[in-house]
Amino acid sequence: MFESLIINTLIAGIGVAIVAGVVGCFIVWRNMAYFGDSLAHSSLLGIALGLVFGVGANIGVMAICLTFALLLVFLQQRKILATDTILGILSHSALSIGMVVISLLEIKFHLHSYLFGDILTVMPSEILWIYIGGAFILSAIIINWSSLILMTISEDLAKSENIKTII
Amino acid sequence: MTLISAKNINFTRQNKIILQDISLTIKERDFTTIVGPNGAGKSTLLKCLLGFYKVDSGNIEKRSNLKIGYVPQSLSLDLTMPINVERFLRLGKKIADSYFLQTIKETKITEILQKPLYVLSGGELRRVLLARGLLIDPELLVLDEPAQNLDISGQLSFYKLLQKIYQNRKLTIIMVSHDLHMVMANTKKVICLFGHICCSGAPNIVTKDPEFISLFGDDMAKMMAIYNHQHQHEHR
Repeated sequence: MFESLIINTLIAGIGVAIVAGVVGCFIVWRNMAYFGDSLAHSSLLGIALGLVFGVGANIGVMAICLTFALLLVFLQQRKILATDTILGILSHSALSIGMVVISLLEIKFHLHSYLFGDILTVMPSEILWIYIGGAFILSAIIINWSSLILMTISEDLAKSENIKTII
Repeated sequence: MTLISAKNINFTRQNKIILQDISLTIKERDFTTIVGPNGAGKSTLLKCLLGFYKVDSGNIEKRSNLKIGYVPQSLSLDLTMPINVERFLRLGKKIADSYFLQTIKETKITEILQKPLYVLSGGELRRVLLARGLLIDPELLVLDEPAQNLDISGQLSFYKLLQKIYQNRKLTIIMVSHDLHMVMANTKKVICLFGHICCSGAPNIVTKDPEFISLFGDDMAKMMAIYNHQHQHEHR
């Protein structure tokens, strides 16, 4: 029992590390160090909304993260605020709305386990989520690798070579 | 043959007029230098011509299938990105080896190919960016303040290189410069920009001016030309 717990934890941890390592490089290269923090905070709103609409926490988190990303791109394009400022605004807005929604929920659950998480409690189904999601993310990055690097080095240079810098 | 023609373009951002009623034509083999003070909208004009920004009104026509090489003002390079010059040049492109070798020789960067991008000096980075622009074998080369942050001798050697490339490759060049009065002698047309086009015309050759030669040397005098501005109005 105990051993399988450790092995599950290890598999989940490695899966997350592989994806985070690659994505993290881009976060550092693009000076968006606050990004991970913001995403984690906003996912709380995702969990809350997922539970409200009864679609499950995972779907809720994904929907909110996507919205978060689109909002970020939209606000970045306007070039009024620095990226880290935008991230700060989005992050705490989502966190506070999430807290309000959770406090209104009828179902009570451990807020702590969502805020801080506990990798030791990882379920096999969650490992599947990590690996399928991770494979999807990694293949998307590998396919677009040189375009992504060029965009990071110089967005204008990428545009001049007809690389789509916005979706 | 006309490569780009812009008619009455206007560009406004956050209620500030950046470009106002600008019309210009770029013909084959033209060497156009756009000069103007900081914040005059020079880079914005380039980016509108290149199609990075949509203009609010007016229209820009480009010859179809026009191959444009772009040399940006700077890179947003993070020090932790491990990338060397050769990988940067080959990024996202399939280039024939012979053409690659020819271009790096032409831009004199053969020796620094294996250096990481972030250790390059100002002059080296300029040449690497120029090489990247040339690697797509462009008909039109667009340079955004290529001599910025270079000292006088660095500027001179970069301009010499650009002159050679302009002549050998039969290119058309659009260049932005913040130097209001001195432009490369090859320049056929200077456009002075401050939101609108203040004046434009051909520069004067200074090769024979003894005062200029004593000040900047013979080399510089051959390379540069003086532009006499025609506008009388003042900007606050």
